[in-house]
Formats: sequence, C-alpha cells, structure tokens
Amino acid sequence: MERSLTHIALFAALIAVLGLVPRVDLATGVPITAQSLGIMLCGTVLGAKRGALAVLLFLLLVALGLPLLSGGRGGLGVFVGPSAGFLVGFPVAAFVAGWVMQRTTLPPFWAAACGAVIGGIGVLYIFGISGMALVLDKSLSEAALLGLAFLPGDVIKAVLAGLLTQAIARARPGALLSRRDAPAA
Amino acid sequence: MLTLTSPVETALHRLRAGPKLAVLAGFTFALFWISAPLWLGFALVAVGGLYLQGGVQFFRHGVAMLRPLWPFVAVVGLWHLWTEDLAAGGVIVLRMLAAVAAANLVTMTTRLSDMIAVLERLARPLAPVLPPRRLALAIALVIRFIPVLTERMGHLAQAWRARSGRRPGWRLIAPAALAALDDAEQVANALRARGGAG
Repeated sequence: MERSLTHIALFAALIAVLGLVPRVDLATGVPITAQSLGIMLCGTVLGAKRGALAVLLFLLLVALGLPLLSGGRGGLGVFVGPSAGFLVGFPVAAFVAGWVMQRTTLPPFWAAACGAVIGGIGVLYIFGISGMALVLDKSLSEAALLGLAFLPGDVIKAVLAGLLTQAIARARPGALLSRRDAPAA
Repeated sequence: MLTLTSPVETALHRLRAGPKLAVLAGFTFALFWISAPLWLGFALVAVGGLYLQGGVQFFRHGVAMLRPLWPFVAVVGLWHLWTEDLAAGGVIVLRMLAAVAAANLVTMTTRLSDMIAVLERLARPLAPVLPPRRLALAIALVIRFIPVLTERMGHLAQAWRARSGRRPGWRLIAPAALAALDDAEQVANALRARGGAG
C-alpha cells in the first residue's frame, strides 16, 4: 500500500519536474516539453492503474493552483482553455500506455514505445482534438489540423519513452511495476 | 513553493473558497450557452472589472496569465478573417477569454490551504475508497518532492556538463526517473516503519 502511494506521488512530482526542462514553443501555442514524456513514463513504468493515478494527482495539484504545467501554467483556467482536452486525456493516455505494457510480452522498448504511441498519441489526440474543437468551435477535422503540428514531436517522445523504459528496466528490473505484477493471463 | 495565488490582497481574497468555486462553475456553464457577442463582451468586461478592483498591478498580472491563449486568438482570428465570418470568431475568442480569465481569477484569489479544504470536503464521499489522510499525504509528498527531484536533476545536469560539452537534454530523464523510483521505495519503507500511511 505504502509502496503504491509513494510511487504515485513521486511520479506525479517527476511529471512536474519534467515540465521545467527547457522547451520549444510551436506556432499553435501548445509547448513541446518533456512533460508529456513524463505522462507516458507514468504508464509504462508504474502500470495502467498507478500511472493514471499519478497523472490524476498531478492534475489535482495543478487545479489547486500550483504552476506545474510546462511554462509555469496552472490553476483552474487551464481546464477551460483550448488545451483542456489534452489535460483530460493525460490520465487516460497513461492508463492505456500502461495497459499495453502490462498486456504484451514484447521486450520493454517495443512494449513501451507501442504503449506510448497508442496511449500518448492515439488516445491523447482524440481527447485533445475534441477539446480544441469544442473550445474553438471548429469541426473535428479542422481541429485535427491544428493538432497535427505536434505529431513529429510526439513521435520522437514515444521513441524516447521506449528507450527510457528500457533503460529503467535494465537498471532496476524489480522497479518496473508495470511488468512485475503483470497478470500472466 | 510558489503558488499562483496573488500576493496583492483583494476583496475577493476574503470571500470563502466554496461559494467562489460554485459561482465560477455557474458562470462558466452559462458562457457556453450564450452566443450573443454583446453579452459575452459584457461578461468579459465584468471579469475585467473584478480584476481592476484589485488594482492595476493585479489586473496586469491577470492579463499576463492569459498569455498562453494569444496564439489561439491569432489562429481563430486568421481563420475567421479567411472565412469572412468575423462575428463568429469574436464569439469564440470572447468566450474563451472570459472563461479562462474568470477561472484564473478564482485561482489568483484563493489560497492553497483554502483550496485543499474545499477538496477535502468534496472528497469526503469517497472516504471508503480514498481515505482523506491518504490523499493529504499524497499531496504533501508531491509538494515536498518537487524541489527534491528538481535539485537532483540539477546535480545530474552538472555531472553531465563536467563530462561533455554537449547539452544533456533527454538523457537526464532516465537517471531522474530511477532516482524517483529509489526515493519511492525508501519513503515507503520509512512510512511503514512509522506505522503506515493510514
């Protein structure tokens, strides 16, 4: 129990810290940072449930008014802005990434990279694009056009998530919770 | 750690957090049903007035908090300039600005401790699944460990620079994640030794 709690809390803190790593702004205003890499890692390292809970805890602290999102953003405003859909999608993305990691027997790199692509790109974009379509009052395909700008960065991040998960699996095989207590069936 | 609560004390700081959040929820909900530019403009001016009531410095700070929205305003503006439907674009921009500005206003005028108090009250029905003490402990752990992990990242970056002229970039993330995993194990043991997380 304590282990789950501390892992969830420490990875929530890790997402916040990765948001402080220098960033590049894209033309559409959604910054490319290591933060979404942190979201993917929560799923691939902690597994579906704990990963999603870590992301939820992080979002809770953002909502409470801590400037933890990349670029020092935070507070309640970010949850009604154009990128709110991405925030809603974060925990689901971590869950799906973790689920793929748990349910496949692929080596860590491939499992984590696939999980990051399906969860961190596929699922996350569905939420993010729907959110932009809603707030900016555009059709889904128009919003998807805006979202496409992030695709190259996110593909790079999915590969990095695979490499990082592999590095963690090698350094601390027992610490990879997503694999350790994965159900056999 | 720094929060987004404004150090400029305004009248809104003295209001209770619960009612403020309830009004915000109602206001945001209403905004998404209004599509008359005049009323949306009125809503934005009203929010702006509330900011101004806290002084010019407070107002400027509020405007600065809206900065991440400007690219979206630009995109919507260009889009509707191209489709020659500026009124519709105006509605979208006014609504977005009013909703975000109002939410930021509540964040800027409510202390973290008051927000946590509201959260504890809202989370009370969840007590059988999520004991309030455990939630409070989790929040405290995150707030404590953000500076710890930031410092760890700083040390890792220094060590990297001592060995290489290139920028460290993403290569620091694996050791940082390992540090977080190790810390999690140690803190879990420490908690268990002290009677568990309750």
